[in-house]
Amino acid sequence: MSKTLIYGYGNPGRQDDGIGARFVELVDAWIAKEHIQNVFTDSNYQLNVEDSVLIADYDSVIFVDASVADIESYKLEEVLPDNATIEFTMHAVSTAYVLDLCRKLYNKNPRTYVLHVKAYEFDFVEDLTPQAMQNLQAAFEFIKAFVLKEMQ
Amino acid sequence: MSQKVTIEPVTRVEGHGKVTIHLDDNMNVAQTRLHIVEFRGFERFVQGRPYWEAPVLVQRLCGICPVSHHLAAAKALDVIVGAGTGHGLTATGEKMRRLMHYGQMFQSHALHFFHLASPDFLLGYDADPAIRNVIGVAINFPELATQGVLMRKFGQEIIEHTAGKKIHGTGAIPGGINKNLTIEERDIFLKGADPMNIDKMIDWADGALQFFKGYYMKNRDFVDGFAYFPSNHLSLVRKDGALDLYHGVLRAVDANGNKILDDVDYQDYYNYIEEEVKNWSYMKFPYLTHIGKEKGWYRVGPLARLNTADFIPSPKAQKEFEIYKAHTNGKPNNYCLHTHWARLIELLHAGEVLKELLLDPDLQKDDLVVKGKKGKEGVGLVEAPRGTLFHHYRIDDNDAIEMANLIVSTTNNNEPMNQSVNFVAKNMMNGQAVITEPMKNAVEIAIRAYDPCLSCATHALGKMPLDIKLYDANGVEMDHYKS
Repeated sequence: MSKTLIYGYGNPGRQDDGIGARFVELVDAWIAKEHIQNVFTDSNYQLNVEDSVLIADYDSVIFVDASVADIESYKLEEVLPDNATIEFTMHAVSTAYVLDLCRKLYNKNPRTYVLHVKAYEFDFVEDLTPQAMQNLQAAFEFIKAFVLKEMQ
Repeated sequence: MSQKVTIEPVTRVEGHGKVTIHLDDNMNVAQTRLHIVEFRGFERFVQGRPYWEAPVLVQRLCGICPVSHHLAAAKALDVIVGAGTGHGLTATGEKMRRLMHYGQMFQSHALHFFHLASPDFLLGYDADPAIRNVIGVAINFPELATQGVLMRKFGQEIIEHTAGKKIHGTGAIPGGINKNLTIEERDIFLKGADPMNIDKMIDWADGALQFFKGYYMKNRDFVDGFAYFPSNHLSLVRKDGALDLYHGVLRAVDANGNKILDDVDYQDYYNYIEEEVKNWSYMKFPYLTHIGKEKGWYRVGPLARLNTADFIPSPKAQKEFEIYKAHTNGKPNNYCLHTHWARLIELLHAGEVLKELLLDPDLQKDDLVVKGKKGKEGVGLVEAPRGTLFHHYRIDDNDAIEMANLIVSTTNNNEPMNQSVNFVAKNMMNGQAVITEPMKNAVEIAIRAYDPCLSCATHALGKMPLDIKLYDANGVEMDHYKS
C-alpha cells in the first residue's frame, strides 16, 4: 500500500493563514477515528529545504495551503518541478521547489499535489474566518475520498 | 535625461524589499534607497494580552526565526517574574534555552550559506540567474547542497526537541523552561546514525568554512573590494568579552576598534539607542544616542559580533577567529562580504556549543523554573542569527501587557544595508550606458550578506496585511492602498 503525506503549512497565528495547520488537525482526527493506515501528517509555518528529505520517503504528498487566488472554495493541483521559474526567499520555498530539490538530491519523485483552500483575512487572530472554515470542511471531505482512492 | 532603476523584489531575502537607484543626466548614481515594507502592528496587538502569553504570541510575528522572538520575549518576562536577567534561571533552564538558541543559529547559518550565498560563490555572481540558485548548486555540487539540507534539518530537530513542537513552540516560559532533554532525545543528536550526529555536523561546518576561505584566497580582490565601508558595530558580549549569542552586556565599537559603548546592562538600552523615522521606509533607523543620527548608526550580526567580541569560547572557532582577526591586524573588519566568513565561524562555534551542551548532565535535571518578586517591566535581548534582537514589555496591575517595543535585527541593519546598496551602485553602475542583470545582482549580494528578514509572517501569495501609502517629494500623501 502506498504511503501518503498530508502537509499543511502557514502560520496559525495569522487567521486564515492557519488553514494548513487546521486541516492537518482534521486529518489527524480522521486517522485516529477511522484507523486509517499509511496516511501521515506534518505541518510547519513555511516550507523549506529540509522538506525535500521528508517527502522523499512517501509515494504521494499533498501540501495544504491558504490561497488568495481566484478559486471557488478549494482547488487541488498537481505540482510539477519547474527549474525555470524558481522563486525563493530566505526561509520559505515553493512546493515545486521542494519537489525539484527532492528529485535532484535524492532521485525520488513522489506524486505531489497542493490543495489550495480559499482564504480571506490574515490578521493577528488565532481562528479562521467562517468562510475559510466552510472552505476547509469542503476541502477535507474531498481529500478524504481522494486519498482513499489514491491508496487503492 | 535622468533615469530610475528599480530592483523589485529583492530575491533570496526574507520578504520583499525594493531598491530604487536614481541616475543623473550623466548616468551617475544620484541616490539609492532600500525600501522596506515592515509590518509594525504587532506591538499594538500584544497590548492587553496576559504577559505569560508573550513568548508564544510573538511567534506570530515571524514564522522564519520564531525561536529568537520566543527567547527574547521569555528573557524579558524572566525579569518581570523576578527571575533576574540571563543567569537568574536554573542551570537546566538556561542550558535548555541555550540548546534551543544555538540549534536555531546552526540551522539558520547553514541555510544561509549553502542555499543563499553559495550560488553566487559557486556559480558566479554574473552567472545565468536561471541556474544561479540552490537548484543550480544541487545539480553541480550535490554533496554541498545535501550537507546544507541536512544541517538545516539537524538544527530544526534540536529546536523541536527543546521548544516542544515546530509551530508555536512553548519551551521557554517566564522564569525558565517547561521541559528538559531526556537521555533518549539527547542521543538522537549525540549518537545519531551517520551523518545525523553532532560530530558530523561540526565536520561539515568546518568544511564549509574551509571552502569559503579557499574561495576567498582565489577571489580576494573581489571580496575585499565589494561594499567596504567603515561603521560602528554593536552586539551582546559576555561580561568577560567572549562571544555569547544568548546573553551578555551591550558593547559597541567604532570602525577603529574604540569601545563606544561597553558593559551596558541591556535593561537600560533605551538610554543608549534611539530610532529615527524616514518617510520613505516603514523600517526605522536606529542609532547610538550619544553619537547622534549621522554617525551613530551601527551594524549588527556576524560581522559586528566578531568585531565586538574579544574571543570565542570554543577551541576550533577560536582558532579560526584568530586567523580571521589577523586579516585586519586585530582591528574591526568592515568588509561587507566577510560577513559570510564571520557567519561560518559562528556556525562552527554553534556546533561546538551544541556538543558541549548535549554532553552536560544538567539537561536531564528537573529543576526547570524559578520565580521571585514580580516587577512591571522587563527587557530581553538575544543575538539572533541576523543580529541583536530587542524585546521590551511593561505590564499593568492586571498582568496585561500595556507596552511593547521590539527592535528586530534587520531594523538595526537598516542604515548599513542602505550604505552597502549605495556603495555597490556607485562602484558598478556609475557612467555605465546599460545597467545589466549582474550589476543588479551585485546590489542584491550586498543586501543578502546581512541575511535580512523582512517577513511579516504570512506567506500566502499576493496577500500582505498592510496599508501602503504613497507620498510625493514633499511628503504629502498621494494615495492610500489597503491590500
